[in-house]
Amino acid sequence: MQWEIVIGLEVHAQLSTHSKIFSGASTAYGAPPNTQACVIDLALPGVLPVLNKGAVERAIKFGLAVGAKINSPSIFARKNYFYPDLPKGYQISQYELPVVQGGSIVIQADGVDKSIRLTRAHLEEDAGKSLHEDFHGMSGIDLNRAGTPLLEIVSEPDLRSSIEAVAYAKTLHALVRWIGICDGNMQEGSFRCDANVSVRPRGSDKLGTRCEIKNLNSFRFLERAIDYEARRQIETLEDGGTIRQETRLYDASKDETRTMRSKEDANDYRYFPDPDLLPLEISSGWIEQIQSTLPELPQARCNRYVTEFKLSAYDAGVLTSSRETADYFETTVKQLPTQAKLCANWIMGEINGQLNKDGIEINDCPISSAQLAALLTRISDGTISGKTAKTVFESMWNGELDKDADAVIAAKGLKQISDDSAIEKLVDEVLAANAQQVTDYRNGKEKAFNSLIGQIMKATQGKANPAQVNTILKKKLTG
Amino acid sequence: MTLSVNDVKRIADLAYIEINDSEATETLDQLSGIFNLIESMQAVDTTEVEPMSHAQNVFQRLREDEITETDQHALYQSIAPQVEADLYLVPQVIE
Repeated sequence: MQWEIVIGLEVHAQLSTHSKIFSGASTAYGAPPNTQACVIDLALPGVLPVLNKGAVERAIKFGLAVGAKINSPSIFARKNYFYPDLPKGYQISQYELPVVQGGSIVIQADGVDKSIRLTRAHLEEDAGKSLHEDFHGMSGIDLNRAGTPLLEIVSEPDLRSSIEAVAYAKTLHALVRWIGICDGNMQEGSFRCDANVSVRPRGSDKLGTRCEIKNLNSFRFLERAIDYEARRQIETLEDGGTIRQETRLYDASKDETRTMRSKEDANDYRYFPDPDLLPLEISSGWIEQIQSTLPELPQARCNRYVTEFKLSAYDAGVLTSSRETADYFETTVKQLPTQAKLCANWIMGEINGQLNKDGIEINDCPISSAQLAALLTRISDGTISGKTAKTVFESMWNGELDKDADAVIAAKGLKQISDDSAIEKLVDEVLAANAQQVTDYRNGKEKAFNSLIGQIMKATQGKANPAQVNTILKKKLTG
Repeated sequence: MTLSVNDVKRIADLAYIEINDSEATETLDQLSGIFNLIESMQAVDTTEVEPMSHAQNVFQRLREDEITETDQHALYQSIAPQVEADLYLVPQVIE
């Protein structure tokens, strides 16, 4: 039987606020245990939550970026469960009327655009952290993370492969960073994915029983966990078994998923509106004000690069993978408006390559867009060849001569020889010294031509303008 | 929904409440009254009524995103039953 895999993702994006969602404690990562857990985060008797405007703003911003409906009023609810890193005995979340309802995200998988519908995105607080080791039979609780604002973004089951799921997660990851609501740091847990996976016979429109795989904190694990889980479900069904709805954990070291607990339904959590929090009103004026701060979105910019700069869809996609890269490209191309493709190639090639090699982000790129533009100008005006430019680039990257392209070219004598008479003189010398190859070429040996070019370039240490050398040599040999 | 005296005694037992026969009968009357009230309310047609999440027609006040709390973990931990390495200790929990 042919099987179809059906996937929906839940992503928890930690919002980039300074303080927590319901208290004034800091959200900074990596502080000593419990130094950022105040009375509200600890749930001491008598305390009351007060909602952080910055968290709501970020949720609205996200909603606008995905074309969703912003609910007003929006309601906070208690989700009840018992665990020591949740001191209140309930998590403040949203159930009915989340801030963000609907919307969609366009992903590219296998070169095809596909729109993935979002169900909702709601605000909630994170729980603390439990440490199970080294406390002589006790568990240690750190509540620094308790109360950190999260936006849980839930997709419809529109994804059909692990590749699409990863494309969706990456697009979402790029988007939340682009609009500045989440730092996207996956090592620190700022962006976590849960995957709901089910399988069904191809052609069926009924959903199969799903399993939820928790806490996938890298795109690679997301892909592998889904692949494993889909295979497991298909094998179970083909052997005549049934799938039990449950929560599973992905074990990266064994590359498999295993049962964590049987899945709770919503009513197990006894959701009800939190009486401590009044309904949240979001005025149209507030929405408009946030809309005006929204940057041009990645999809729009990508399309603009194709029409405005005549770049390929692939190039435009790479350059708009982060806002910082796109900004870097645009400031570079502003100084070389006719050379967009040259700028694109250098940023995607040399710049990205060196950044990867040094393990740094484009924000910390040692070569500014102005410095790069100065270098590329010298390629486009024929002062240096593209090959020589790479040598200049290397010197600039290493900080030589104030990263000034012209200074490096002058100091190293890399200026291209573009003077016709100088090149002619060189060509004559090389021809005189290689009489055999000249005869070979005239007898029809095409290869001899390239060999002669090589000799000339070698004699000038690669500085002769290759196009001119080509023309002059051809003229001399045939003339 | 109809309750029996046995139901009441079982609920009392589960709630660790000591209850004698006459109290059980009295409680049965009170609880049945509450259930009757719920039944009357459920008979009302609410299809056109918008669900209400709060009794008052007022909205949430928001605070600015500012850090206002300082580190006082030593003070808070002074009333905790057990603390080690700045962590609150609880009986072991493993899923």
